[in-house]
Amino acid sequence: MKPTMGTSGLIFNEPLLWEKGKKGRCGASLPRRDVNEAPIARKYLNDGLDLPDLSEIDVVRHYTRLSGWNFGVDTGMYPLGSCTMKYNPKINEAVAALPGFSNAHPLLPSGLSQGILRMMHELERHLAEITGMSAVTLQPAAGAHGELTGMLLMHAYHTSKGNPRSKIIVPDTAHGTNPASAALCKYQPVPVTSNSDGILDPSAIADIMDEETAGIMVTNPNTLGLFETHIQEIASIVHKKGGIVYCDGANMNAVMGIVRMGDIGVDLMHLNLHKTFSTPHGGGGPGSGPVAVQNFLEPFLPVPRVIKKDGIYSLSDDCPQSIGKIHAFYGNVGVMLKAYAYILTMGGPYLKKASQLAVLNANYVKESLKDIYDLPYDRPCMHECVFSDRNFVDNKVTTLDIAKRLIDYGFHPPTVYFPLVVHGAIMIEPTETESRDDIDQFIAAMKSIAEEAQADPAILHNAPQVTKVRRLDETLAARKPCLTG
Amino acid sequence: MRYLPHTDADIGEMLSTIGVDTIDDLFQTIPPECLFSADLSLPGPVTEWELKDLMTELSQSDAASPGTSVYIGAGSYDHFIPASASYLLSRSEFVTSYTPYQPELSQGTLQAIYEYQTLIARLLGMDVSNASLYDGASALAEALLMAVRITKKKTLLLSSTIHPLYRRVVETYLAPTDCTIEMLSLTHTGETDITSLSEKADCAAVAVQSPNFFGCIEDMASLADAAHGNGALLVASFSEPLCFGLYKNPGSMGADIVCGEAQSLGIPRSFGGPGLGILTCRAKDVRHMPGRLVGKTVDREGRRGFVLTLATREQHIRREKATSNICTNNSLCALASSIYLASLGGTGLTELARLNYDKTEYLKMKLKKAGCAIPFSAPTFNEFVVIMPDGFREKYSDLAARGVVAGIPLERLHPALDNHYLVCVTETKTKEDLDKLVTEVTT
Repeated sequence: MKPTMGTSGLIFNEPLLWEKGKKGRCGASLPRRDVNEAPIARKYLNDGLDLPDLSEIDVVRHYTRLSGWNFGVDTGMYPLGSCTMKYNPKINEAVAALPGFSNAHPLLPSGLSQGILRMMHELERHLAEITGMSAVTLQPAAGAHGELTGMLLMHAYHTSKGNPRSKIIVPDTAHGTNPASAALCKYQPVPVTSNSDGILDPSAIADIMDEETAGIMVTNPNTLGLFETHIQEIASIVHKKGGIVYCDGANMNAVMGIVRMGDIGVDLMHLNLHKTFSTPHGGGGPGSGPVAVQNFLEPFLPVPRVIKKDGIYSLSDDCPQSIGKIHAFYGNVGVMLKAYAYILTMGGPYLKKASQLAVLNANYVKESLKDIYDLPYDRPCMHECVFSDRNFVDNKVTTLDIAKRLIDYGFHPPTVYFPLVVHGAIMIEPTETESRDDIDQFIAAMKSIAEEAQADPAILHNAPQVTKVRRLDETLAARKPCLTG
Repeated sequence: MRYLPHTDADIGEMLSTIGVDTIDDLFQTIPPECLFSADLSLPGPVTEWELKDLMTELSQSDAASPGTSVYIGAGSYDHFIPASASYLLSRSEFVTSYTPYQPELSQGTLQAIYEYQTLIARLLGMDVSNASLYDGASALAEALLMAVRITKKKTLLLSSTIHPLYRRVVETYLAPTDCTIEMLSLTHTGETDITSLSEKADCAAVAVQSPNFFGCIEDMASLADAAHGNGALLVASFSEPLCFGLYKNPGSMGADIVCGEAQSLGIPRSFGGPGLGILTCRAKDVRHMPGRLVGKTVDREGRRGFVLTLATREQHIRREKATSNICTNNSLCALASSIYLASLGGTGLTELARLNYDKTEYLKMKLKKAGCAIPFSAPTFNEFVVIMPDGFREKYSDLAARGVVAGIPLERLHPALDNHYLVCVTETKTKEDLDKLVTEVTT
């Protein structure tokens, strides 16, 4: 094997927290006791906690060692399709942690929280501008939470028209969160298959759209990385039957400043600040999933709304048609601050350039690998491209093997086995923050793996080899669940 | 632009590999009428230094600077966070990774979440914790939906002592379903009134919060008996888990599902989010549970390792039949709480909880002596309700203007509680601070 990015170095074994504790240690400075012990009702008291005691350095080494077993965007290229693993700017972390923000209590009188309210108000306006929508709520805490909010808005809107309706159209390329979000609103998802070009056919929508159907959830660009070319015609079909067009904005990184969904027939959409707007993914959150809507849906947005009057910002609950609250307070403000900082740093011109380069990178990967890896939909892609493992079936090499082998080369694997419409899908989203040099190394790794797959499939079956642990027994984990220690 | 690494030469060569002339050619599948032809009307681009100045200016117009004194809890608490905890939490291998779909590259996150699940289960006296939900309010909504799935019943009894904002989130989540919500009223001691419970047959769950919104400790054992006597599950919520350093946890008193908000375990308030939604249950109910779960297993060579497991409950496998739509949760906040719990340890947590209790009791005693009434007699933790002297409303605003926020007025959330204020004390307040507050509000 040629020298690659991935190599092995000294990492440490580290026991579980409770395997290393010793009673009587403490890793935190306890505040001085300056009041006497007060009487307390014994019947409610516990007999002590079964939690380990560690000193400060025990804790520091524990988590430092654990972090060494992880791979992040700061470690290397992380082309996880549909997740937009772009670089997370460090200045955004620093400004979001300013004490005036991080120590702010959510129920402070609005006169004492003008800075944060102004940030929220402006972020709403910026997201409305980017999406071409009229109003935005920042309350949803993640993308799926935004989808649920969108479904609740749709439900409330149709209810106000006399019939909540019972079905919703969900394409077969949709993220699993789409049908799951719809189901929380008791909407029966009606699947629709994409055509041979990998996109939706207006006639397929016309066949199933009726007045019992609340609308359509369309991901655009879709999860094959393709722009839904017929979106306007589809929107018009849905609108004619009184339905609503929802756009899953997970893939907005392809089209900032290039297409505004609000201009092309979309009524309602969510954004993922942790994808498109560079906030870190945190090993699985916290994210933020703002929802943008057209005028006619604004009265239904969650409360409180951030309002500005005579230069003063405040929170208003005065929205009688609102769906209510979907977060105890206002959503993940700490995440919003980072996205706000990102938008200001990029401005309109660099947001557009980011999308252009994201699309450039994805097409470059697609063109560089399509002679070697099966490309089921050979069309110009947006921010990601989807291959399959078809060319390696005879060698008994699967997508999983290719993914695991990439780890040995020093890359995080792409999204695998999604979208479901491609058997053995390998979904690659490089993002704009990867340089051509890094992408060339990734392409070289993919080519080298393809050669290995033909010459010696066992190398792939045995991958990864340089990681702390090798392939893990997921069947055992599920059959005999051990969820606590 | 420092985040965009492409040189013009790179772009030219990449375009030629692709076989197009310009970047615009890459967007040819977008119909021309769909293209946005104007420029986005946004501020910026700003430099790093301009951004820093702007954000500093914004942050300074908030009342969170050291000069202010805020006595509000109500679901968001001011606790000291060790510098070591914040430092560890900024390790970029944790911060810049995503959901651990590839376990070989994610053992750091996976072991940390497995430890989190364990520490939380032990703290709450439950069998299983998931890997986190968004916040305490959505965790309560998910817990109730879970109770409906387990019992196949549709009526939910909610205590009126549950955080009113949590109740509103529950109402939103349940609005499109055919579930009905009924309320349990408040006793004169500040607890949930269970006398009407025996008349309420066929309920999926009885949901309570302890410490409740008024800071009062609920009689969880009696509530569990009453709920179970009705064939309902007991769903126990909380917003201040530090309480369980001192008081018995809900698991040990018979709760079937325990959920809540754990911002107070090492997570800054950040104007209400991100916090940490907790959901725990009994082992028998785990397949009804929403959210990610990390389990222990072995690798090919028999070494211990961790993976995401029981995924057949989840949206990416089950789609509309999943237990929830949740995907991204609040993983980094879960890590923050684990680091915090590991730093304090069981002994430290008990001591810290006791200190919080004692300081709160001190303020309560001082206010009583100064002529304020404490309307609820149930034991409390960190928070309590106080009836302020007549005419306090104006003084409250004057104090706030000077950066002293003397709790929150309850009238807006509970109209019957005119002139009642919910006051919160934690370890961050000194005896001097508390003496000064008493003087400010009572003279």
